Amino acid sequence: MEEIGLLMQGFAVALQPGNMLLMLVGVVLGVLIGVLPGLGGANGIAILLPLTFAMPPVSAVIMLSCIYWGALFGGAITSILFNIPGEPWSVATTFDGYPMAQQGRAGEALTAAFTSSFFGAFVAVVMITFVAPIVAGFALRFGPPEFFAVMFLSFACFVGMAKGSPLKTLAAMMLGFLLAAVGMDTVTGQLRMTFGSEEMIRGFDFLVAVIGLFGISEILCSIEEGLHFRGQKAKIDLKVVLRTWAELPRHWFLAIRSAVIGCWMGITPAGATPASFMSYGVARRMSKDPAGFGQGRIEGVVAPETAAHAAGTSALLPMLTLGVPGSPTAAVLLGGLIMWGLQPGPMLFVEQKEFVWGLVASMYLGNVAGLLVVLVAVPWFAAILRVPFPIIAALILTVCAIGAYTVSNAEFDIVLMLIFGIVGYVMKKLDYPLAPLVLALVLGDRTEEAFRQSLLVSNGDLGIFFHNWLSGGIMAAGLALLLWPALAWARGALAGGPRAQAA
Amino acid sequence: MSTTTLDLAPAAGRSSQGVRRSAMEVATSIALALIGAAAIWDSSRLGAGWGAEGPQSGYFPFWIGLILAGTSLASLVPVLRARGAAAEAMFVTWPQLRLVMSVLIPTVFYVAAIPLSGIYLASAALVAYFMTRLGEFTWRSALPAAAATALVAFVTFEVWFLVGLPKGPIEELLGF
Repeated sequence: MEEIGLLMQGFAVALQPGNMLLMLVGVVLGVLIGVLPGLGGANGIAILLPLTFAMPPVSAVIMLSCIYWGALFGGAITSILFNIPGEPWSVATTFDGYPMAQQGRAGEALTAAFTSSFFGAFVAVVMITFVAPIVAGFALRFGPPEFFAVMFLSFACFVGMAKGSPLKTLAAMMLGFLLAAVGMDTVTGQLRMTFGSEEMIRGFDFLVAVIGLFGISEILCSIEEGLHFRGQKAKIDLKVVLRTWAELPRHWFLAIRSAVIGCWMGITPAGATPASFMSYGVARRMSKDPAGFGQGRIEGVVAPETAAHAAGTSALLPMLTLGVPGSPTAAVLLGGLIMWGLQPGPMLFVEQKEFVWGLVASMYLGNVAGLLVVLVAVPWFAAILRVPFPIIAALILTVCAIGAYTVSNAEFDIVLMLIFGIVGYVMKKLDYPLAPLVLALVLGDRTEEAFRQSLLVSNGDLGIFFHNWLSGGIMAAGLALLLWPALAWARGALAGGPRAQAA
Repeated sequence: MSTTTLDLAPAAGRSSQGVRRSAMEVATSIALALIGAAAIWDSSRLGAGWGAEGPQSGYFPFWIGLILAGTSLASLVPVLRARGAAAEAMFVTWPQLRLVMSVLIPTVFYVAAIPLSGIYLASAALVAYFMTRLGEFTWRSALPAAAATALVAFVTFEVWFLVGLPKGPIEELLGF
């Protein structure tokens, strides 16, 4: 087992005192980010990314990925105590978590949420440890057509698995691709879509877009609900923790099933949120007491939390092995990789062994650290939301502005951030999904490059994407996913007549 | 919406007045379609076909722009065909919009002030404004909090992380 040996070397890297400290700092910052409205995993990491340029890449990625784990844990705190999902995939946790808190069982719900998050992440990390090298080895044989096919498949996933309108998903994605194309064309050196503006030559940095789309827009959305958060008290002590832990093994099958759903959905983009809902839905359907769900059943917390954390973690698998991130946060980490001078993709496993396995080892350790930190410090983190909203809002706006500026020391980026914030607010309220936009913005240049290189090889013949079974198979799967909503719509229209069509 | 309907509306119903969702849907679709059209126009200027070095610069954005324009116009269809409750749904009610603007307008001023005053002074002013206007704080508690924000940010970024942020006349006066 070569992986075990490499993993042990990774642990040696992650266990260096400096990296352990960064891990702890990352987890605490992450929980903080997960709890605060307007700061989530994606934009929290985007804001902190410029501060890590001076660090060695391993240390930087350990800290930033620990922020991600912390944010995943933190989302559960606000869902259960305040009925505010910190991240989209925490929505399903509110269904039973908040009723439990209302019944005075907040400690139980939080312990269950944290423990199942930990379990889900653990299963996903074990999966990454053994599957990632295989996928990377396989992907080493990929040429431009195969890479384009993989990107095509991941974007088609968004359309095929979208909960809302597939047209809006496509529109948001295309907007991302266009924004990515603005500026200098790296192949020909021509300026594209700058319309004579000098500021546009640099193009749109996705970090600035992420800070605006996820940060500023979130502040605008949460202010609509008023200026106060009303939350339940968080009391968590060792007795509650031990009692809940004694109860949890009874739900072992539920946890394993949810973790498998999470891993599977996490690898495909846009996975974490559907994974949490799917896992919750399956748990309710398979339960002996489906009516009890939504009124404070512990299974209703275990199922979505396990799946969401498993999905959030396994979203890093395609990011590391193929260079195609599975979630906006993974996309930001991918952006970090590029800035630290690392080329994401299968070569990472060959050329940057220390980096990859240090990161994987830190996933194991970071989740242990995260579990301990949240169990010990929940009341303090919950107290943050009792700070009056005007203070929180002003501080978050300031942090976002600083984050947007430091990306490339440009004052114009702060203006762009604000514009992206307003755009994000409108899009969010009209149910345009933001994740495909961000992923298209991140991957736009590389998708286009793979597309153009493929066409150069084939002299303009689109048939190159079907030239062998590999890229042809991936493309066919992508096309099927892309056409899925159209087929479902046509079938509904045929079966239900004009009424179903209008709905 | 005429004033008479507003007068006739019961007091409770008034809070559900606001910007219609359908209006925003139409505006957003048209804006996206225009962006798509701009991309098509610019790509055709650059050449969206096959050049000496393979696909020209405009090749990829041309098709992307076309899909963007197409999908955003197509998503207008269900909006325009909607009847009943779906057509009446609100994007944002007036009281909600007032709250949003109470945050957004000062933020616009904040962003506009950064190049002039530097980020530290602007941030301190933003904190003080939010605390006194949106929260019920007195100036006596807001001013120290604002000063503390600026100071903590300054120490963290300029001293600790050695990241230079936009500075204004005050920082220059102090010799930074």
